[in-house]
Amino acid sequence: MASYRHRYLPMTDQDEADMLQAIGASSVEDLFRDIPAAIRYHGALPVSAPLDEPALWTHLRELAERNTDLSRCISFLGAGLYDHHIPAVIGHLISRSEFYTAYTPYQPEISQGELQAIFEFQSYICELTAMPVANASMYDGATALAEAGLLAAGAVRRKRLVVSRGVHPEARQLLATTAKGIGLEIVEIDYIAANGTTNLALLEQALNDQTAAVIVQSPNFFGCIERIADIAELAHAQGALLAVSVNPLSLGLLEPPGRLGADIVVGDAQPLGIPQSFGGPTCGFFAVAEPLMRRMPGRIVGQTVDRSGKRGFVLTLQAREQHIRREKATSNICSNQALLALCAAVYLSVMGKQGIQEAALLNARKAHFAASATASIPGYSVPMAAPFFNEFVLRLPDKLSYAALSEKLLSDGILAGYDLEQSYPELAGHMLLAVTEKRTRADIDRLLARLEEYA
Amino acid sequence: MNGNQPVSDSGGQPFIFDKSKPGRIAYSLPDCDVPELPAEQLLPAELLRTAPAALPEVYEVDVVRHYTALSRRNYGVDNGFYPLGSCTMKYNPKLNEDAAKLPGFAAIHPYQPASTVQGALELLYTLQNDLAAITGMDSVTLQPAAGAHGEWTGLMIIRAYHESRGEQRTKVLVPDSSHGTNPASAAAAGYTTVTIKSDARGLVDLDALRAAVGPDTAALMLTNPNTLGLFESHIEEIAAIVHQAGGLLYYDGANANAIMGIARPGDMGFDVVHLNLHKTMSTPHGGGGPGAGPVGVKRLLEPFLPKPLIVRRPDGTYGYEYNRPHSIGRIKPFHGNFGILVRAYAYIRSYGPIGLRRVSECAVLNANYLLSRLSAAYDVPYPGLCKHEFVLSGARQKALGIRTLDMAKRLLDFGIHPPTIYFPLIVEESIMIEPTETESKETLDQFVDIMLQIAWEAEHSPETIVQAPSTTVVSRLDEALAARRPILHCDCN
Repeated sequence: MASYRHRYLPMTDQDEADMLQAIGASSVEDLFRDIPAAIRYHGALPVSAPLDEPALWTHLRELAERNTDLSRCISFLGAGLYDHHIPAVIGHLISRSEFYTAYTPYQPEISQGELQAIFEFQSYICELTAMPVANASMYDGATALAEAGLLAAGAVRRKRLVVSRGVHPEARQLLATTAKGIGLEIVEIDYIAANGTTNLALLEQALNDQTAAVIVQSPNFFGCIERIADIAELAHAQGALLAVSVNPLSLGLLEPPGRLGADIVVGDAQPLGIPQSFGGPTCGFFAVAEPLMRRMPGRIVGQTVDRSGKRGFVLTLQAREQHIRREKATSNICSNQALLALCAAVYLSVMGKQGIQEAALLNARKAHFAASATASIPGYSVPMAAPFFNEFVLRLPDKLSYAALSEKLLSDGILAGYDLEQSYPELAGHMLLAVTEKRTRADIDRLLARLEEYA
Repeated sequence: MNGNQPVSDSGGQPFIFDKSKPGRIAYSLPDCDVPELPAEQLLPAELLRTAPAALPEVYEVDVVRHYTALSRRNYGVDNGFYPLGSCTMKYNPKLNEDAAKLPGFAAIHPYQPASTVQGALELLYTLQNDLAAITGMDSVTLQPAAGAHGEWTGLMIIRAYHESRGEQRTKVLVPDSSHGTNPASAAAAGYTTVTIKSDARGLVDLDALRAAVGPDTAALMLTNPNTLGLFESHIEEIAAIVHQAGGLLYYDGANANAIMGIARPGDMGFDVVHLNLHKTMSTPHGGGGPGAGPVGVKRLLEPFLPKPLIVRRPDGTYGYEYNRPHSIGRIKPFHGNFGILVRAYAYIRSYGPIGLRRVSECAVLNANYLLSRLSAAYDVPYPGLCKHEFVLSGARQKALGIRTLDMAKRLLDFGIHPPTIYFPLIVEESIMIEPTETESKETLDQFVDIMLQIAWEAEHSPETIVQAPSTTVVSRLDEALAARRPILHCDCN
């Protein structure tokens, strides 16, 4: 295959000849003589044809343009992934190739930038959640939630997880898959229909001395804020841990779970400056109470000193991890979402002490305005009475199906909220609307006008 | 008074918190164009935050200078050579970065109607097929977020398969040279692991394998080429031994950069494979993530793939298939790490079939060239041909009092990222080198010169090595102290 040229490949015919001679091989083919003939692949792989750079760019742009991106519609779609403003500095800073082309910082002397940024990320998560320890991030919020269940089962040495139906449906599905792997039992607790929060009477009945953890989300999938302190009391009375999944942006406004008795706090950092990207990659965060520190999954950055006493950072507590412990590791996860943790850290640096509060309040104000305005349109109602943050459930008029409404809205350039019937059969005709700081009064008015028109 | 005054950090980078000054802002939020109700009127007072999070108060220039300064204290592939074995630190093409940032990819929601994301679905569908073609598998899920996630997904599929046949197999076999994730993933899937020793050539010991397989064997996990960079040339026999016992073969794709278009796991007898797109398909490692670890399976395992799959309908449109009653369920929210998948697709399209094969040829040629040139100064525990990577031993230098760790740190002084060290575990003082195909002969020659120099220093001026690194922003760090007295966040207040 000499004479093949490609912009990413430096090998010239002369290089190839010189290197083969140094090796003592007769040809490149000769380097593969240890592969039995019967399993050699001959011919061209049936993969997509190559494109030169201009053609590839055109092709990728064409594919991208066939998607209705959020600059071409007004989105009221949230359900775990939100349309927030992303400050311009973020893209520039995480595009520094010293960050994005680096490997995991196993060589700390040349990775101090990444390590310090992640150390600051851990600090930000501790501050937001009011927890004493956070890790360097996880794949996503749902994975963090499942890992919280595993951690609790290991720490309490029990095999039963009690999970609220108010937890994101996909996170519960992922938890179910994960639990099956190591033989944990999952018990789901229903919500109160009129209120949207976990039914605490049912929760109390479900708890017993086999329960490792109670797992809730707040604001939950319906946007409703759970009574964390009460749930913590119920869990702890049975010797179980409480794991809470939170929207990190809501913590600019809401009392953090760390001050309400949570033992594990997880969530997805997507609202903190991470693009929606069709659902991934995002970045999970994971924080625990001090006694659980050495059971945390994933990577952790710690502060130390170098030989001259100078402050520096390293990956630490690695005795938990797979490359040391192999099958006895606390988790098989050996990567984090470093670049997106960096993204969240830059976002929180930009927002700062005041900005995070203002952004959270702005989300709450707009969502509350939209909720009361939609509820006042004849035929529509907001059936769940619990306090909410930036997302709420809207019940549609009986004769108006979600499918019909969402299609009409889309033709008007409005992306409807999430169809709750998909995950909650009892909520047919209910739509979950997210209203972030990006939605203007005009956007909301346009939605209101259409809802009224179609009622 | 900030608790983080860098008293012992002369010349270091302060924390962003240290730059905080009340009254400064770096944000710009939209005006409130709805009634400006106070928080207490929106929510019950007892739900409201009692003390604000102590985030820094800085302006935009502070943020930009802070992270730019941090980036200058970091080292990526764009800075220089990164011969990190088993990690495939190849060049990350820039066009692929631009593609992932296109609004049509970066600003779409996974719950949008499928009709509004046909471009994204076509990309995913095509990528599924391309990865199936490269690995010789029948069907691919793109959902796993990383290699370890792919391993766990693959093992859950294997488990569902055995259970569907009414079998409760409990053991997963892994070679003693395997990645640590293999046994960790097996444990997460509910299996116990049995370690199979390597023979004198560094390959799976067939007798040990025969002795270990049985009716309780769920699967054998193997990388091929293995972590010593050696091709398991009796792979067909290995496959027969495992299959005859009713077990399945799992291919850890960490080393797939050696074999694209040259040999396919599916043709070797593997039933399940994961690929690390952040290795083989050039997506950036991002300092530790995000990655992507798609899983391919043979026909018999298709029913167990996670939900949903991306399908092409008879009318030419693309959609999701959720109706999969035997599926292991969901393993990742939404559709996997889509932004990474976009980059991987762009990579495959930049090469096509001939180019991908050439990638693997050059990777293997580069590795063999380095091996032949370095074997004069370093012990080679498994001499002969290697594939995309190889393992040296620092035993000769250890006899002089110089550890592999010391030599790795010395490389930092020359501006080179050290190889993987102390892995695989079966080689004393191991040094695992993977040059990748995107490094030039000049870079390789320079690396050889430096490695030979370090070998010379080990004999003649060991203190230079023991004191290394001396050119980095910090010298060797006290890892024991970090673990003994954990300081895991700054004191922000």
